[in-house]
Amino acid sequence: MIPPRHAAPVAAPHATGANNVTRVMRWVSAALLPATLFGFWLYGWPAIHLWWITTASAILGEAFCLRLRQEPVASTLRDGSALLTGWLLALSLPPWAPWWVGVVGGLFATVIGKQVFGGLGQNLFNPAMVARVMLLISFPVPMTLWTAPAPLLSANAPGFIDGLRITFGTLPATLDAMSSATLFGYARSELSRGVDLLQSLVATQAPTLSLLGERAGSLGETASLLIAAGGLLLLGLRLITWHIPFAMLATLALFASLMHGIDPARYLSAGTHLLSGAAMLGAFFIATDYVTSPNTAPGQLVFGAGVGFLTYVIRTWGGYPEGVAFAVLLMNALTPVIDRYLKPRIYGRDRRGTPLEIES
Amino acid sequence: MWLAIFSLTLLGTLLGLVLGVAAKHFHVEGDSLAAEIEALMPGSNCGQCGFAGCPRAAAAIAEGSAPVTLCPPGGKALAQALAAKLGISIDLDAISDQGPQVASVAEEICIGCCRCSKVCPTDAIVGAAKQIHNVIREACTGCGNCVDRCPTEALLLQPLPITVQHWVWPKPAVAPAALAA
Amino acid sequence: MGIFEKIFRRHPHWGVHPDDHKLPAADVPLRVLPLPERLYVPMQQHVGGPARPVVLVGQRVRKGELIAEAQGKVSAPVHAPTSGEVSAIGEITAPHPSGLAQLAITIAADGADAWCERQPVADPFVLAPEEIAQRTAAAGVVGLGGATFPAAVKFNLGRRLKVTTLIVNGGECEPYLSSDDRIMRDRAEEVVDGLRIVMYAIGAREALVGIEDNKPQAIAAMRAAAAAFGNVQVRPVPAHYPMGSDKQLIQTLTGKEVPADARAAEVGVLVHNVSTCAAVHRALRHGEALVERIVTLNGGALTRPGNVLAAIGTPVVDLLRFAGVSGRPARLVLGGPMMGIVLPHARVPIVKGASGILAFDADEARTPAAGPCIRCGSCTRACPMGLLPLEMASRIGVDDLDGATGFGLSDCIGCGCCAYVCPSHIPLVQYFSYAKGELSARERGKLRNDATRRLAEERLARLEREARDKAAAAAQRKAGRDAARAAAGAGVRPLPERVVKPASEAAT
Repeated sequence: MIPPRHAAPVAAPHATGANNVTRVMRWVSAALLPATLFGFWLYGWPAIHLWWITTASAILGEAFCLRLRQEPVASTLRDGSALLTGWLLALSLPPWAPWWVGVVGGLFATVIGKQVFGGLGQNLFNPAMVARVMLLISFPVPMTLWTAPAPLLSANAPGFIDGLRITFGTLPATLDAMSSATLFGYARSELSRGVDLLQSLVATQAPTLSLLGERAGSLGETASLLIAAGGLLLLGLRLITWHIPFAMLATLALFASLMHGIDPARYLSAGTHLLSGAAMLGAFFIATDYVTSPNTAPGQLVFGAGVGFLTYVIRTWGGYPEGVAFAVLLMNALTPVIDRYLKPRIYGRDRRGTPLEIES
Repeated sequence: MWLAIFSLTLLGTLLGLVLGVAAKHFHVEGDSLAAEIEALMPGSNCGQCGFAGCPRAAAAIAEGSAPVTLCPPGGKALAQALAAKLGISIDLDAISDQGPQVASVAEEICIGCCRCSKVCPTDAIVGAAKQIHNVIREACTGCGNCVDRCPTEALLLQPLPITVQHWVWPKPAVAPAALAA
Repeated sequence: MGIFEKIFRRHPHWGVHPDDHKLPAADVPLRVLPLPERLYVPMQQHVGGPARPVVLVGQRVRKGELIAEAQGKVSAPVHAPTSGEVSAIGEITAPHPSGLAQLAITIAADGADAWCERQPVADPFVLAPEEIAQRTAAAGVVGLGGATFPAAVKFNLGRRLKVTTLIVNGGECEPYLSSDDRIMRDRAEEVVDGLRIVMYAIGAREALVGIEDNKPQAIAAMRAAAAAFGNVQVRPVPAHYPMGSDKQLIQTLTGKEVPADARAAEVGVLVHNVSTCAAVHRALRHGEALVERIVTLNGGALTRPGNVLAAIGTPVVDLLRFAGVSGRPARLVLGGPMMGIVLPHARVPIVKGASGILAFDADEARTPAAGPCIRCGSCTRACPMGLLPLEMASRIGVDDLDGATGFGLSDCIGCGCCAYVCPSHIPLVQYFSYAKGELSARERGKLRNDATRRLAEERLARLEREARDKAAAAAQRKAGRDAARAAAGAGVRPLPERVVKPASEAAT
């Protein structure tokens, strides 16, 4: 006797904007491409192999979990978020890391870092950074073995097959021969030997700080300028806002120049901090992850500043030479709190939500 | 070892003290809950829940021997309010809420016996002996007491028709995974 | 517009910028829709109580004659849109997404379209403001921008709260629609005269006409018409959705912010739509009730889009036929694409608030499948009210309506910006509509519960009273009986204390 309920009507609005999740992920991938290709060129075939192994593992982990959760696999994978997670993780790994680092990291990123929480949009922590930190803590040796650049087609670059052999661990000798140090690692170990920065940085074996990134480091983190260019592309497309990158880099620069000004012998300069390690990649691509960062402008400023500050603290006084991943994870944990307290002001109400006074 | 034993003992004692003080200080009178629950209930004492009146039902809910979903006239909304009051979670979709119902008199069968009007908890049925009775829709709670009482089955419960003014947009069909957490 | 205006006009930080799709429909000259054979006039075309029919089936009516009177404080009467015979009074499908029925009066047109006796006012400015409100109310004028709030109720409110500024809403920010644009271009004098009457009726000192800057012809026409009146200013505003929303337009034009839970009149402004002003002009100067309006016919499924003057109650199917439908429209929308409602089918009539009928082709009607929220915050940036749509939707998704209310659900104006920008295409507006409906249903349930409790208490009181009365009556009867008996045996045995124990006495 209940009147037949009309087949669920379509609600307004009857128009949608051009943006969608796949488009976002595609553009972010596109913005990563220059730095990635540069990394491929700089570190040769082993880096390429590590990249595809890591992204494939991430996608595989995602597909496996989607299957378990009985959700559509193919259509969900097509949104490109698993690819991006694996990609970002690969860029943060030592370029000549063995294959199993990529496999374990990629699977960990999507399975533990993301799907366990409920899939896209549900994870509290940035999946790529969760995996990177797990790898760094569990396997410190392969995660801190850096190689000096061996650009493709150059004399000492390994070929396709040698690359495979390096990645799959059957060519260990070469790795030792090529090993080098990152600038942060070098500065830290020199400092601990009692050599201050004024001396160690001008020594001949000191890693150079080149703008283009021709130095030892993670697969995709050395080319700061290319990464920043990708970040600017995302800003131009309005896929990210300026708040997080600006706040993070500004805070990092502020503390770095402050401490450097106090004691240049102990503290690295702001330029070094901004242009080496994962600062640029973190500022534009990792800290800006939608899911794990606050969604209001003031919240994003606080978040970015927090990441920048923690990065500086960890780099300078922490146990690890690089701190972006830890800083991002720590601030991820604070995101719900930031979101709770930094809500936008509602029209017609004050910041606390009480209606405005009537004044005519 | 002594240090560990000492510190843990101290910690335990302190925390126990805190708990004890809190239990005394923030003590809540048990009976007020039943009264608060009763205030939420329709108060028509229709008896559909199986208890003799709303106060008894409220007491049973308060002591946890009856489910919060027991009140048919209160429907989903009441169950939700009660669950919120008690701080428990319920599966709303499991409640068969048919929506509000009203009784109506089939005039050709009614014999004017007045029995229905006597059992109506809200005096929603008007009529005198040997006269056809009628239900005041605004006052009817749809409890169904009259339906059981009518000797000629002239009383029927009907769902209150949905009007354009009272229509509610349905919840979007596929709750995206992100929203189901 | 001046260069300074262009530079210094602050671009709003909220809202969206959808493709406006206004052309070519907006530039097509206004056409008059031929009268259909039958008109179906719903009794509820406004906010408030539905009107009550005052005609009988078979009765002959003339155009503009009252056929249903207002009921209650907030209501509006309904008039015959043409001359003819009342052929039915019954339920028809309402122009409403539910597809539920609604009471309507059907009028079979006689073709003469003869007006009833009209009472034009040569100079409305000599009338008392109350008289203007009364005439406006009697003409059934309601807000024609879509809100359909009875205009006269707002006049009285404005006068009571001493409103100083009348804001005339010519924003028309919804894509596709151009009925307000058209009325400003073609009937600017009527609009300006109407708004001056409204100003007089509410006692406002100045009027600001806000027109989105994507309507240069309308701005020019309105400026020319308003040139003679120093207290009427035409102010172009940025074309930005939802500029036509009252609160946003007030903020843009006056800088004032209407406090939550308060009415605009309380901060000294009142908003009326341009079409409403024109209807007020016709109601006063011509004595004509609101029986027709300009409707935009637009959408990819129409071959001849444009604006038509149509009688209220015209079936949508006649409008579509007039505009030429190519193929089967995939979706029919009443109103604009951002806030309009889906029509269940084309055999529903247009109502006073029908600013447009959109017939979408399959491409326009395509609704992308919803995905999970990625917390990108696009909705938050787009929301003109400063809300967090993503947080509200996630609460509503698990039926935590109170949680959603805590995030400001009651402040949501349902403009659709959030759902428009959402990259996951989550039907956010539907979540909010559902929650608002559920909350008001809950409120109704609570009221009903309270009423039930009152009735139950009254019944208990009645039963008690009856029992008491019965007992008292019985005691009285017994007392009477005893008294009679006592009187009978008075000479023999006066035993007054025995009255107390009548039973034992009866036994003796």
